[in-house]
Amino acid sequence: MSEAKVEYATDYKPLHDGSLNLARGHRIQYEQVQGCDVLLYPEGVVQLSESAAMILKQVDGQRTVIDIAAELNRMFPEDGDLTADVRGFLEVAHARGWIA
Amino acid sequence: MHEGGLPSSTSAIPLIKPPLWLLAELTYACPLQCAYCSNPVDYAGHGKTMDTETWLRVLRDARQMGALQLGLSGGEPLVRQDLEVLVTEATRLGYYSNLITSGIGMDAERARSLKAAGLDHIQVSFQSSEANQNDEIAGMRAYAHKVDMARAVKAAGFPMVLCFVLHRDNLHRLREMLDLAIDLEADYVELATTQYYGWALLNRDRLLPTLEQVREAETVANEYQARLRSKMDIYFVVPDYYENRPKPCMNGWGSVFLLVTPDGTALPCHAARQLPGFEFPNVQTSSIKEIWQTSDAFNRFRGNAWMKEPCASCPEKEKDYGGCRCQAFQFTGDAAATDPVCDKSPLRHLVDEAISSARTTTIEKPIIFRNPKNSDRHTVKLAELTK
Repeated sequence: MSEAKVEYATDYKPLHDGSLNLARGHRIQYEQVQGCDVLLYPEGVVQLSESAAMILKQVDGQRTVIDIAAELNRMFPEDGDLTADVRGFLEVAHARGWIA
Repeated sequence: MHEGGLPSSTSAIPLIKPPLWLLAELTYACPLQCAYCSNPVDYAGHGKTMDTETWLRVLRDARQMGALQLGLSGGEPLVRQDLEVLVTEATRLGYYSNLITSGIGMDAERARSLKAAGLDHIQVSFQSSEANQNDEIAGMRAYAHKVDMARAVKAAGFPMVLCFVLHRDNLHRLREMLDLAIDLEADYVELATTQYYGWALLNRDRLLPTLEQVREAETVANEYQARLRSKMDIYFVVPDYYENRPKPCMNGWGSVFLLVTPDGTALPCHAARQLPGFEFPNVQTSSIKEIWQTSDAFNRFRGNAWMKEPCASCPEKEKDYGGCRCQAFQFTGDAAATDPVCDKSPLRHLVDEAISSARTTTIEKPIIFRNPKNSDRHTVKLAELTK
């Protein structure tokens, strides 16, 4: 018996410049067994890499893409300008419906 | 379950090892009689439904093993008066809890109390977008109540999935269904084309849509998704008989999914209990850890060492895991055979014959509803049908 689903939500949803929030029904929690953060939502789970978790945890309903990139740049000054990476990841997260 | 990959700089690795999904079938009792129910046809003859304490232990043990997503299902889980107790414990343990319901047994107050208990999400099923057809398929007057309850679910602040089970008689209403979902402010819509196990297998000739119907439905689903974008996500469960590669069933046997039936039997999928030569463990006599890690039942089709040709040498075996073990058994009598949906299977013609058989079956053929009486009567008949 299968749960195989084809996701049609592949249309690109452009990322806006306003405040970002986790989408309704989404939450992040740390999992001891997996040793990482996971993103949970209705009937779904995604294991987050360290950097993905780091970025998503800044999504708080207040901050914008620019604020979040600035925060990451503050946190990791030795990594050069992370703005493009952060934006790229948030675009994917937005297109997947994880953030709104 | 949807697993995400991310761009290389922030890659997400798909989870594999722990039983991520615990599906708790809390009861087989259900006021509805849907002819495609995924419960086993012989459910009426199964053992006693487990009590609250035992379920609480199952929740704790599975969570300790790493289970994250909890499905509270049935039958109709709202039948259980201890549902709020189970949800409260699930919340304390850190599960993401999903209630999978027909809406019967819900009222606005119960929706609020489930919210207060920490329930994360509710999936409400519909049999059709049209009241009479809905009630005919459900075997009871349910439609008006379902609409009210979908509104109550949203009013209580839940994210809501609406699930429409699709088949030959209702596929032409897909636009209406999606319009209903928009009206009810669903966050996700699952268009679950019937899969042929249990009751649906018994009724396959009457339920299997034609290829033309399926293609038309896909067009409609795509059109709505493109239009709705960020408002509502639509998932379409493809009817695999019309595919030429099998579905990666359960993401692989014993890979992420653990189902516990009302009497405590632990299964790797909804339909596995029918497979011969298995002794499925029970949570009342074995720990979840033993069941998941060391039981013969959960290890039998893990990985790919069990595969025969054409799967064994197939470059796609890591992608689809040879398809569905139950479907292989139902068509060929051998659960280790290649799922005959695959056009590399020498037995693909069996699937095509099932399609032809359905095509020539008229609406005069009676549909067998899921209820205790038919459960007793058709248990034998199904055994014949599966080879």
